[in-house]
Amino acid sequence: MVLNNIEKLIEKYHNAETSLQEEAQLKAYFNGENVAPEFEHYKPMFQYFSLSQKEQYTKDVPLNTKKTKLYQWISVAAVAVLMVGLVVPSFMGPTEQEKQEALLVYNQTMEALSLISLGMNEGKQQFNNLALVGDNINEGAHQASKLSQFSTMTNKILKNK
Amino acid sequence: MKQADFVSLVMPFKDKVFRLAKRLLVSREEAEDATQEILLKLWKNNKKIGDYKNVEAFSMTMTKNFCLDRLKSKQASNLKIVHSNYTDNNSSLQHQVEAKDSVDWVSKIMEDLPEQQKIIVQLRDIEEYDYEEIAKMLDMNETAIRVNLSRARKTIREKLTNTHQHGIK
Repeated sequence: MVLNNIEKLIEKYHNAETSLQEEAQLKAYFNGENVAPEFEHYKPMFQYFSLSQKEQYTKDVPLNTKKTKLYQWISVAAVAVLMVGLVVPSFMGPTEQEKQEALLVYNQTMEALSLISLGMNEGKQQFNNLALVGDNINEGAHQASKLSQFSTMTNKILKNK
Repeated sequence: MKQADFVSLVMPFKDKVFRLAKRLLVSREEAEDATQEILLKLWKNNKKIGDYKNVEAFSMTMTKNFCLDRLKSKQASNLKIVHSNYTDNNSSLQHQVEAKDSVDWVSKIMEDLPEQQKIIVQLRDIEEYDYEEIAKMLDMNETAIRVNLSRARKTIREKLTNTHQHGIK
């Protein structure tokens, strides 16, 4: 009865009329141990189908190729940016902002210097005062000498008397 | 679509792509290259993948076309055909070894089938797709597929019966 059934299924199978369930049934039968001798020669075929089904793709697929390409170009871009950074300023000269900064620094220095010079002038004034004092002292000394002359003269007069 | 999504989408059928490629290109290396190529093509178009109704069927169609192109192109003219050598079998050989040899023999028989039949047997008997799916993948009607499949199965049977009677055993 079972054999009869299998025989019918095989016939249907070869006419491509079997459903997937019936084919699964055939596969199960031929992968089993109890295969009738008259169907023995179909065994390798169904075994082969079942074996092939287990074959697997084991290689890795490099899905990130896009990214690595990008990374390669990033290094190139970095070098380019570096070059631009080195070369361009020497061509362009100082920028507007740098000019303003320089002006600011210049003005600040000038201010500081003028402050110093103001102090210097003040000192000079005091020197002048000192010189004036010296003059007065000289004058005093002169008058003192006149006074001493006067005293000698009076001494002489006193002697004569 | 991120890489993880893509991998989980492709995972279930990448082996099927590989097996179909191997069926057509025979050599394992060629089939691996083809599979990689197809997966990369899918990945490149990953933005459009959402529009495809059935990514698996689409991939199988792609695989079929890719491999057939490959076979036609000159590149394939130096395609290496890898198969085991078949030695004469003595009746004293172990049954298991014999069984393995006859299983290999089936793959040899399948190599000799026309491409169209190879694809159909692969899709039906090994990958177990239903006729409707195969019809979509191959852009054929179901009747034509049944006719081709029936022819292929009968060819395999015939050759198998011949070897069974005066070859291997």
